[in-house]
Amino acid sequence: MEDIGNLMQGFAVALAWKNLGFMLLGILLGVLIGVLPGLGGANGVAILLPLTFTMPPTSAIIMLSCIYWGALFGGAITSILFNIPGEPWSVATTFDGYPMAQKGRAGEALTAAFTSSFIGALFAIILITFLAPLVARFALKFGPPEYFAIQLLTFCNFVGMGRQPPIRSIASMMLGFALAAVGIDTVTGTLRMTFGSPTLLQGFDFLVAVIGLFGLGEIFLTMEEGLSFKGKSGKIDAKVVLKTWAELPRYWITSLRGCLVGCWMGITPGGATPASFMSYGMARRFSKNKDQFGDGHIEGVIAPETAAHAAGTSALLPMLTLGIPGSPTAAVLLGGLLIWGLQPGPLLFVEKKEFVWGLIASMYLGNIAGLIIVLTTVPWWAAILRIPFSIIAPVIVVFCAIGAYTVHNNMFDVAMMLVFGVVGYVFKKLKYPLAPLVLALVLGDMAETAFRQSMLLSGGSVRIFWSNPLVGSIVTLALIIFCWPFVSNVMGRMRSREPRAKSA
Amino acid sequence: MVRRIFSRAFVAAGVAAGFAFTPFPAVAAWEPTKPVEFVVPAGAGGGADQMARFIQGVVAKNNLMKQPLIVVNKSGGAGAEGFLEVKNAKGDPHKIIITLSNLFTTPLATGVPFNWKDLSPVAMLALDEFVLWVNAESAYKTAGDYVNAIKGGNNGQFKMAGTGSKQEDQIITVALEKVVGKKLTYVPFKGGGDVAVQLVGKHVDSTVNNPIEAIAHWRSGSLRPLCVFDSKPMPYPTKVTASQSWQDIPTCKSSGLDVEYTMLRGIFMPPGVTQEQVDFYIDLFKKVQAQPEWKKFSEDAAFNATTMSGKQFVDWLTRAEATHKRLMEEAGFIAK
Repeated sequence: MEDIGNLMQGFAVALAWKNLGFMLLGILLGVLIGVLPGLGGANGVAILLPLTFTMPPTSAIIMLSCIYWGALFGGAITSILFNIPGEPWSVATTFDGYPMAQKGRAGEALTAAFTSSFIGALFAIILITFLAPLVARFALKFGPPEYFAIQLLTFCNFVGMGRQPPIRSIASMMLGFALAAVGIDTVTGTLRMTFGSPTLLQGFDFLVAVIGLFGLGEIFLTMEEGLSFKGKSGKIDAKVVLKTWAELPRYWITSLRGCLVGCWMGITPGGATPASFMSYGMARRFSKNKDQFGDGHIEGVIAPETAAHAAGTSALLPMLTLGIPGSPTAAVLLGGLLIWGLQPGPLLFVEKKEFVWGLIASMYLGNIAGLIIVLTTVPWWAAILRIPFSIIAPVIVVFCAIGAYTVHNNMFDVAMMLVFGVVGYVFKKLKYPLAPLVLALVLGDMAETAFRQSMLLSGGSVRIFWSNPLVGSIVTLALIIFCWPFVSNVMGRMRSREPRAKSA
Repeated sequence: MVRRIFSRAFVAAGVAAGFAFTPFPAVAAWEPTKPVEFVVPAGAGGGADQMARFIQGVVAKNNLMKQPLIVVNKSGGAGAEGFLEVKNAKGDPHKIIITLSNLFTTPLATGVPFNWKDLSPVAMLALDEFVLWVNAESAYKTAGDYVNAIKGGNNGQFKMAGTGSKQEDQIITVALEKVVGKKLTYVPFKGGGDVAVQLVGKHVDSTVNNPIEAIAHWRSGSLRPLCVFDSKPMPYPTKVTASQSWQDIPTCKSSGLDVEYTMLRGIFMPPGVTQEQVDFYIDLFKKVQAQPEWKKFSEDAAFNATTMSGKQFVDWLTRAEATHKRLMEEAGFIAK
């Protein structure tokens, strides 16, 4: 196999002392960036990009992609400990990760999250290693109707699986769509719902909303429950990693499903956010312990983390082979490639073998190094929760404010974050789910654009969504999933009525 | 703030780690006393963003300025967010902005109150070219073939993908429609990379991508350039594919498609700054353009390497604004 030989050469490149150093530096910086809400992987990579111009391209991309892995690992930490997802794809991790931490099982949740991330990424890297050029062609089949179909599938999956009544999910989702519509409209190029205010031009950023809705909302709730001055008394045990590992193989099906969903979404490129939501939804649907989801079930951490990382990693494939970035961070890395004088595209694999295989080898090594680094810190992170709430809460609020400000360097965002905090509190009080709102805020704009592009292409006919087997089957599947709760509800009633009807 | 501290620390670390230290000539009377914010009125990863980050790298690497240059994306409202910020930073010499054609199109299309005359023009760095692309498997070998096909088809039958709405790509499309006499279906996408891939995947019939957005697909044999929307062919004779260079692409005008359009890549400052301060940046960008990295960057992106500053630049801007206004009025793109 020529590929194996190339890969070995790549390992030789990546294992040079200098490159190993960049790798560790990258991971550490990445974890730090991931932990600070608002900074995010894309920002972190963008800030450090100009400093890599003096490095050889291979070392530069090794360091930058390691920042990316580090940020992916780091994002899970705040989601689990404080209910603050730092990246869109960490939202689903909070559903079960945060309740686990609340019950004193933060160590387990973190271990499960990190390990699943690693497995997802590893699966995707293996896929890239062996199938790169072949799989990349698949992304070309995706035009606007196919993109819309993927978004629709994600939304329908979510309405169909929520714990709350579907009608509440839909209400929350609609609010998200409305918020997503603020700002410039890509299709007509005009402003919508800005009411002449320059501060609304930029629309509502996902991060600002999420920091408020989840982070502050949770703090308000805890305050209402009475200011507890005691920390969580979870036992902090250095062996928690090994104990959790012993438990993980039981959920291999969830992991495998997460890997497959993630890789598919990363390559198409639907992205890591739909992947994590979809994987969580499927895990819940197929699990034997459906009722435990949302109360701190470990499978609810494994599923989204595996998928998010499989997607995040495989998103680099369309970037390298086609020059289309599958994630915001990939977009920044893409800019880097061009500046280093590398042309992403099908020829990159032929002309710059050393670079491509050095990068792929660094994905293996970077993820292994990342896993080791973050796992050794698990007990430390978990220990943070032992700090009394009255001390940690103000610190979190300050970090939230900094995070919200950093997104656009704008004080207005900090005010918006507070408003979203109140909204989050009210939603929780009234038992409306927050996740659909966030999902719609992140994906609503993309879904709307894809739908309207499709309508432009077809001249206004919805038949375009059944114009080929690929798009047709995704859309049909989405509609079936959407209708499923209603259908099963009706069927359940019919079944319970039938015996009575006979006896009468 | 976190960002600034980060990048400052790293620039400092990078310099200490051994960038070539060239003594800075003390000719400029004014120079920045704190980090300079480099506003990009577009998202991360796009053409303007790449150029800004590239300049940031060149400045840091060659130690062209004592203070660091910090790139900040302000893309809200098709760039209006960035322009308004610079407009409102009256007299602040530590803020510069890189522009693309949204300098003209955004205020016209959205009605957001700003105009290039609200800013202080510094320099034109280059003009970005536009090329008419089709899928390499299509039957159209020349711009003439494609124009004839459009003329022979129905209104809206041919699909053109482009970046954004009521911006450069759509302006060219409307101008093209006028010459051909038939309507095209224009489908807007978020970024130039997406647009190129849509054409490779045959979801649309043509694009007017910038050279750098489509070069990878040209070299791999997926796309075919038909003509360039400039008054003369691009001056780069190095072979890009086995048989063709940028120079070999004919102008659209010579192919019977009389449309010309280039996009400004220029630098502006807030209003109310002194001539001394503007001169510092004119000088800085001259130094950037003298670096070998810049020459390579220009060739890779096949820029029209026209540069200007001062009165010449202001005259150019006045003409360009009038052209945009006319084109957008004709297309009905002006906000009411």
